[in-house]
Amino acid sequence: MQLSLRVFPPDVDFVPPAKLIEQARKARRAADPKLEPRPGGLALTIRDLRKSFGENHVLRGIDLHIPAGQFVAIVGRSGCGKSTLLRLIAGLEPATAGSISFGENVRAEDVRVMFQEPRLLPWATVAANVEVGLGRQRVRHDAKVRAEQALTEVGLHDKRAQWPRILSGGQKQRVALARALVSRPRVLALDEPLGALDALTRISMQRLLERVWSDQAFTAILVTHDVSEAVALADRVLVIEQGWIAHDVEINIARPRRRGSADLAALEGSILQELLKEDRSADA
Amino acid sequence: MSMAEALLGDRKSRLPRLDGIVQWLLPAAILLVWQVVCSRGYVPARVLPAPTDVVLAGWKSLQSGELVYNIWVSFWRAVVGFLIGGGIGFAFGLANGLSPFSDKLTDTTLQMIRNVPHLALIPLVILWFGIEESAKLFLVALGVFFPVYLNTLHGIRTVDPQLIEMGRIYGMNSGELFRRVIFPGALPSIFVGVRFALGIMWLTLIVAETIAASSGLGYMAMQAREFMLIDVVVLSILIYALLGKAADSVSRFLERITLSWHPAFQKH
Repeated sequence: MQLSLRVFPPDVDFVPPAKLIEQARKARRAADPKLEPRPGGLALTIRDLRKSFGENHVLRGIDLHIPAGQFVAIVGRSGCGKSTLLRLIAGLEPATAGSISFGENVRAEDVRVMFQEPRLLPWATVAANVEVGLGRQRVRHDAKVRAEQALTEVGLHDKRAQWPRILSGGQKQRVALARALVSRPRVLALDEPLGALDALTRISMQRLLERVWSDQAFTAILVTHDVSEAVALADRVLVIEQGWIAHDVEINIARPRRRGSADLAALEGSILQELLKEDRSADA
Repeated sequence: MSMAEALLGDRKSRLPRLDGIVQWLLPAAILLVWQVVCSRGYVPARVLPAPTDVVLAGWKSLQSGELVYNIWVSFWRAVVGFLIGGGIGFAFGLANGLSPFSDKLTDTTLQMIRNVPHLALIPLVILWFGIEESAKLFLVALGVFFPVYLNTLHGIRTVDPQLIEMGRIYGMNSGELFRRVIFPGALPSIFVGVRFALGIMWLTLIVAETIAASSGLGYMAMQAREFMLIDVVVLSILIYALLGKAADSVSRFLERITLSWHPAFQKH
């Protein structure tokens, strides 16, 4: 007999009531299968995408295809254009040239963004904040139920009637995640969503992100400066340097991935080395 | 329930009552000293009447119906003037906070007018309106306009742009964006303006009524001065203090119920 010992990181403020979540999922599927189609992710094709702010050329021609449902991480030094790329994909800013196409017609609710700051309305309760995420579907009769389901999914159902100010940083980000997910998006763009969290909360948030991604099968695009986070979560890591995609690395490591395992560490090391190449050439 | 909890619970339930009393301790002490100083004859009655004399004057005036009438007239002027001036100030604050064109068009002019002390207009206002109601309403409205305008504008301009971007991303149209993000975000600042305006409202009204009026609290005080009725003069001043406090309490109450989300107004 083989005994496997799983060591979980201490959960700081993340205690998902696993049973509750499973029940909520079942209830959702049983409630109305037509109302809740599982659309899955959207594929994304980017052609010769450029963005300049005046004389400053931030993106200098990005060509990229992301298959439906892939988890892509974008890493790079600060100022390399990774956040700009994400903002263009999310439609927050117009491109200077080039195109981004999702293959089919997308509704506004199909693409959602999560930022480094939670951006919750301080004057709305946690549940009302999540309902904001329904966008134009907010008027539908099941808005409240869906908001509560999304909160259950991130383990914050018991906080639904509270003001955001009493939540911890990690809890606020989980509310922001629930708000992004409540409309069942097909693309989720994440702009360093865990950047402001402490190390342990980050790890539990990463596990949460991976779980909802595998559950809902959306296409995830994560911008991060943390290479270990990128290799732990993503199917594919893009390294951006000075407005170009410098490297495109497949992460063929089976999930669930064990943090700190040798193969992850090796990948992380090689990507970091690429990122730091500039420093070494400058030193030499 | 543990001992500590029992004690804490007890303290919590007793504290609000104590709080309510504490704020009135100082006014009560002043009243007491005032009474003692007057009844011992340290201060002659024609300089400062004793509180009991003031109460007596109030009672007489109350019986004749004069007091209630004058308070009502002043209160009506204050409220109507405040609503007109505050309403216009709020409207301009919204317009200039939301529309750069409107801001360009009117803000410079408004800032110029703001620097004229509105009480300096009294001679002009008397020439225009005489001592009719409209003169008082005009002055109160003008005085109230600026604090409400400036703070509404400031509130709207300082709403977190990240929240506005968030609202846009989540498909809010302009109306929703205003109702759900901009207005609630500007509300704390608007209340600051309202409380400033309430102070200016009473100040303006007192001055306007003492100079040009045939009714109201200020008029009552001026009439009493003519006949050397110093107790009525003091009575009018005290009533102004109470009305001012009442107005402030109303705005505090409104703040508490509309800003319960705000850290500064959370209940303990």
